[in-house]
Amino acid sequence: MTRRNYIPIMLFITAVIGIQLITKFTGTNYYLTQLTMTAYYSLVIIGLCLVMGYAGQISLGHAGFFAIGGYTSAALTTCNLTSLFKNGNSLVKFLSSQGMLIKSQDLYGDPVLYVNPWLAAILAIMLTVAIAFLIGIPVLKLKGHYLAMATLGFGIIIFRIVLATEIFGEADGISEVPGFTLIPGVSVNGNFDNRIINYYIACGIVVIGIILLLNLINSRVGRALRAIHGAEDAANAMGINTSRYKLYTFVISAVFAAVAGIFLTHYNGGIGPSEAGIMKSIRYVAIVAIGGMANMWGALTMGVILNFMSLRGMFGSYDDAVFGAILIIIMLFAPEGLLRLAIWQKFFKKNDSAQ
Amino acid sequence: MALLEINNLNRSFGGLKAVNNVSFSVQPDTIKAVIGPNGAGKTTLFNLISGNLPADNGNILFNSTSITDLKPYQIAGLGISRTFQNIKLFPGMTALENVMIGRHVKSKAGFWAGMLNLPASRREEKSITENSLELLELLEIAPFAHIDVSNLAFGQQRAVEFARALASEPKLLLLDEPAAGLNIYETAEIARLITKIQKKGITILLVEHDMSLVMDISDEIVVLCFGEKIADDLPAEIQQNPEVIQIYLGDDNA
Repeated sequence: MTRRNYIPIMLFITAVIGIQLITKFTGTNYYLTQLTMTAYYSLVIIGLCLVMGYAGQISLGHAGFFAIGGYTSAALTTCNLTSLFKNGNSLVKFLSSQGMLIKSQDLYGDPVLYVNPWLAAILAIMLTVAIAFLIGIPVLKLKGHYLAMATLGFGIIIFRIVLATEIFGEADGISEVPGFTLIPGVSVNGNFDNRIINYYIACGIVVIGIILLLNLINSRVGRALRAIHGAEDAANAMGINTSRYKLYTFVISAVFAAVAGIFLTHYNGGIGPSEAGIMKSIRYVAIVAIGGMANMWGALTMGVILNFMSLRGMFGSYDDAVFGAILIIIMLFAPEGLLRLAIWQKFFKKNDSAQ
Repeated sequence: MALLEINNLNRSFGGLKAVNNVSFSVQPDTIKAVIGPNGAGKTTLFNLISGNLPADNGNILFNSTSITDLKPYQIAGLGISRTFQNIKLFPGMTALENVMIGRHVKSKAGFWAGMLNLPASRREEKSITENSLELLELLEIAPFAHIDVSNLAFGQQRAVEFARALASEPKLLLLDEPAAGLNIYETAEIARLITKIQKKGITILLVEHDMSLVMDISDEIVVLCFGEKIADDLPAEIQQNPEVIQIYLGDDNA
């Protein structure tokens, strides 16, 4: 972390606290729910920003990774293992003896035994990494439109899988996902009395995420990524293993999406197939574009504003149309992103070096 | 013992034999030039050595190990660095950052070290920066360190590309037409820089059109014509070689 990066992070943290205080004093606490969800979506967006803006690749399948994270942890924490336990299944017995399973009761007082969300989250991330490698190795050999189409195809496959698989709840998705107890007393769930702490958990994760990514961008690896973006064959001739760098970047951003999926699923108490949909992937791409591609803070800012407006229902039934329109308008009139428009630079002449 | 040894190298594009059974070697601490008319296969030869193109057959030995089937980044890692005929710098990055990329093979901070900004990676960054600044100094472009390379003059860009290639501390430096697009003053400047680099103990193989440059600085010259080697000798001998004269000045009987 260079000194230059501290200031925007401090500003961001101040804004996070400021917004919470405003909602407190204006009695608009309910906004925090959408803001928490927005924060988790922002995690996907900054991860995608690394791939698009810095490594110069595109992914139209990031909702797929979000869904892999969310669905895996939802499926593992909602399947009732009680009967398997009673039948003496050795794996279930072993997990139980290691404290990997959680016992509770359902609405009717029947016993429920499910996988500890920590274990579920770790398994979900491992699965994401495996799939990201599996998809990334062949797909990242492609460039431009071909890469876009291949990742789009991946997104569609994941969407159809969750829509057609019984354990993923088919069209209904998975509901009644239990809370994720991070440490005793602090749990990611949608209870009203946990609203404020959950808002801070979500924003905290975003802060950690953006610090990791900004560090990466300003490191030797980040420089190599920008070189690949600028002139791939020259980067290769300089000793940069370009395919490996592109692959690792893709995997990292997939993990960011999966982590967002895991946490948001526990927060919402469920996940549905629309989270895996193509329109979600396009939305993420549109937000990175409007933020200015190679501009983490731009992507984060636009992500927070647009996702919040969308979640508050400000775009009505035109939700997806709005994001499609944004993508077209940005590509035509502001390919450098909304925050880099000449009109703003008149006001912030010295602020052009936004990271 | 030769630093670079090329044995019976072949590469065709469709029916065209761009490099036809070429063999020669480069001795350590020398400057060797590859000359020949347009379409002689010089750049193809370079791309074969640096791994940008696969060879049809034949082999290339560097320090007695075969590099024939290696990828460009692996070849760079072994100590062969190159420049490009039509300068390929990284746009949007400063001269310093471009040279720092050249330092890639000599440093190792990976994704974890980068994300966590580990002390080791910070120390490494510092030494990369210092090293790169020294090279900018050596090539007399230090004043442009913090300027976006897209805004530099052509000759300065070429010098940045040299510095970037040198940053990896190569044993062998491949220069693809270093004087292309430069005027006579800039060419003389480049010639001076090339000999300066050679004196640092770096072996140089260059492809060039500019005869005055080649004759001035080379220890040995290989002449290619339509993909075939027709001479491999000292500059003075090349100047006397009737076949070479015929290629460059035309046939008396034509």
